[in-house]
Amino acid sequence: MAASTELATRPPEKGDSRPVNGWIAILRNAWRALTSMRTALILLFLLALGALPGALLPQRSLNQQLVDQYFTDHPTVAPLLSHLGFFDVFAAPWFAAVYLLLMVSLVGCVLPRTIEHAKGLRAAPVATPRNLARLPHHATATLDLPPEEAAARVRGRLRGWRRTEKEAGSGRTISAEKGYLREAGNLLFHLSLIGLLVGFAGGKLYGYEGQVIVMSGGGQFCNTGILGYDSFQAGLQVDGTNLTPFCVQVNDFDATYQPNGQAESYRAAIGYQTTADLQSGHANQWRPYQLEVNHPLRLDGSRVYLLGNGYAPKFTVTFPNGQQRTGEIQWKAVDQNTMLSEGATKFEPPGVTDEQQRRSSQLAITGLLAPTSSRGQVVTSVFPALDDPEVAIDVYRGDLGLDDGRGQSIFEVDQSQIDSGALKRVVRKNLVPGQSVTLDDGTTVRFDSVQKWVSLQVSHDPGQDAVLVFAVLMLLGLGLSLSIRRRRFWARLVPTADGTRTIVEIGGLARTDRAGYGEEFDRIRADLLDGPHGGDSPAADSATVDSPAADSSDDDSLGFDSLHEGLPAGDSRRDASHSDSSPGDNSAADGSVTAAKDG
Amino acid sequence: MLSEFALYSDRLFMAAVSVYVLAMVLHGAEYAVHRSAKAVLIGAGGPALDAEPDEPRPDAPGARSRAERFGRMGVSLVVLGAVLHAASIVLRGLAAQRWPLGNMYEFTSAICLAAIAAWLVMLRRSPAARPVGLFVLLPVVILLFLGGTVLYAPAAPVMPALQSYWLVVHVTTVSIASGLLMVPGVASLLFLLRRSGRLVGFADRLPSADALDRLAYRLTIVAFPLYTFAIMAGAIWAEAAWGRFWGWDPKETVAFVAWVIYAAYLHARATAGWRNGPAAWVNVAGFAAVVFNFFFINMVVSGLHSYAGLG
Repeated sequence: MAASTELATRPPEKGDSRPVNGWIAILRNAWRALTSMRTALILLFLLALGALPGALLPQRSLNQQLVDQYFTDHPTVAPLLSHLGFFDVFAAPWFAAVYLLLMVSLVGCVLPRTIEHAKGLRAAPVATPRNLARLPHHATATLDLPPEEAAARVRGRLRGWRRTEKEAGSGRTISAEKGYLREAGNLLFHLSLIGLLVGFAGGKLYGYEGQVIVMSGGGQFCNTGILGYDSFQAGLQVDGTNLTPFCVQVNDFDATYQPNGQAESYRAAIGYQTTADLQSGHANQWRPYQLEVNHPLRLDGSRVYLLGNGYAPKFTVTFPNGQQRTGEIQWKAVDQNTMLSEGATKFEPPGVTDEQQRRSSQLAITGLLAPTSSRGQVVTSVFPALDDPEVAIDVYRGDLGLDDGRGQSIFEVDQSQIDSGALKRVVRKNLVPGQSVTLDDGTTVRFDSVQKWVSLQVSHDPGQDAVLVFAVLMLLGLGLSLSIRRRRFWARLVPTADGTRTIVEIGGLARTDRAGYGEEFDRIRADLLDGPHGGDSPAADSATVDSPAADSSDDDSLGFDSLHEGLPAGDSRRDASHSDSSPGDNSAADGSVTAAKDG
Repeated sequence: MLSEFALYSDRLFMAAVSVYVLAMVLHGAEYAVHRSAKAVLIGAGGPALDAEPDEPRPDAPGARSRAERFGRMGVSLVVLGAVLHAASIVLRGLAAQRWPLGNMYEFTSAICLAAIAAWLVMLRRSPAARPVGLFVLLPVVILLFLGGTVLYAPAAPVMPALQSYWLVVHVTTVSIASGLLMVPGVASLLFLLRRSGRLVGFADRLPSADALDRLAYRLTIVAFPLYTFAIMAGAIWAEAAWGRFWGWDPKETVAFVAWVIYAAYLHARATAGWRNGPAAWVNVAGFAAVVFNFFFINMVVSGLHSYAGLG
């Protein structure tokens, strides 16, 4: 019973006999049902269950390609799942319904309890029960002290407890209670949880993330608008017009690898300019920073991360008329262990104004780039570092299809243009830096060098500091509510007939689910009743510590049934089933388990 | 020198597993001896016993002390195994020259050590819980076997994203919390078995249902805040490494699911009608989520946490 009151959502309502309007009754009952612990439990299960597909099915927010793959693999189920929001679980209306109901239930439960707790803090401890012997913890003894001194002794022992005293007949009673921080911690946890969720939601509404690829060796990026990014995910309240301006310049990128090709470290030497720098016109001064994985650049509420890296081959095309064009665009790694990369570097013929002619003479260089080439006929990469680069390229000429209005990947040429014959392969060749190949019309393609690029992410989340603060408070509240025990203690002091001695009866009750009180009660009992003046009275011999079976709900010891330990040899073991009937005695303070009483 | 450390670490690991297996055998013997003694006892519990209720049976005390001896030897071996196990983990760290929690093999090893340590501390406080030891050792030995074979990875440095002191904070706490949660998971399963009234001959050597339930609860309320802290530390690390503190990566999602289930367990313990059987089921489900998160998400689902060091 102690356990059921401890965390019950609210005290049982009394006096519902007033006639009320039917609608109000329905609403009130619905509210009560929603804020009941049982509903909260079911909502918690639904929340856990609802989140699971978010881990088991590919999610659009994480990897669109995996979702597309799923559509290809499961053409019948996928559209249905998609319709039900299973590929966007954490944005799905049904998931939102569960957590919003849970939030409402939480608020509806926690706020009344906060008020209740605030009232309880001012209230005096509960009056002493008439029959202390019925409590789970109980002892009695006659002290060799007059009532006043005995009361002082009890008071002294209960320092730090909330206490109240009452005269009762010829004697007096002392009620005490301790462990109010438990409920305070419990409420702190739940209120902080609400705060954390609000901070999380705020961050999602007002935050953004953008990714951009910047060439090493002086490439720059400025956070001035969405157009500067390669991809951008904006919160609902972000329209991209009010980004905090700052600039980043990537001076150098350095990666080190173990002999087996596993990456050891990634470092980008960058310079940056803050909003203040930009406003004060220091356009040519860059503050140096070493950008690494796990070490983002933090400025003005935004963070810049080093997410990835790769290689960009540099090609120079010399057209028959002598004009030169240089292309340097990122290729992407297809194998992270060797950094073998693929891509497409595209060229427009210079000085051609005739649309028809222009469209028939566009060039694309595609193929593979090996940072450390195997130097075989078929170019493969044997190591991720840029030790001995080689490219294996196909040069295409014709119509790249750039004008048909559709978006095109920067990493490949449009396969449909090749299939339709609009784009023809004119040469295939392996090149090392400095080598070139001449096409049938006299155009030469030279592979100059390889540049490194880094992929940066800019993140802005105005809610995350609040989330951190509330997370710390949650942890604090959780620790308090799980470690502190709410317990009550009562003492009744009755003077003996001659008034020189005092019969002291004490009782204790834990208001906490299974948290235990036995050991502490034993210590209090020992201090109060076994000390000086305590042991020499006849009544003290009968001082007992009761641990009836009913005590099991808040017994501190594990109370294992001790069928096989400490029983005297030859004790009858006929009652083999008693192990289910009683949790056994309290363990002593040293943790040893004493024999079951009914052995 | 470093490769020698690695070698000794592997040997100590194998030694620890062997000692655990031996301890399991002894715990099993404790069980068997007890059960054979009990068979005699039930056989004698008929009319003969009624006729002479106070007659001491010569075999019973002997059998009991033998069971006791086996059990105590088992516990001693578990302590020895834990020492070897800890030494193996320390040498692994020295061999790889980093915190020894960088791949599935090392996580498994640490989780099992945490479970064993939690069990030994629990046992010290409540020696009567000893028969549960067999069932704590069983998953530990299975996990260690998997760790030493399927999941094994040689000592090596870790990728750049893992080179952070948050690895120490996050992975250590999450491993300890998972290990701590293993013992309540086992205790709740045994609790359900005990309550179901099935396999009576097998189950009645166990502590009472009530004691098992309390064992589960008391360890869970230690492990749950630690698990919470581990998730938060992971979020702080993710903010530094991946650009966001929470992104519903599969690992994060299942960690969230497990956390919600354990939260439900704590609430169930305080809800009338849910307190006993249902709460224990919730606890078992919570540990199932932790195990699922460890194996399935690391090995099958691809996500940011896919650095298990496998294939």
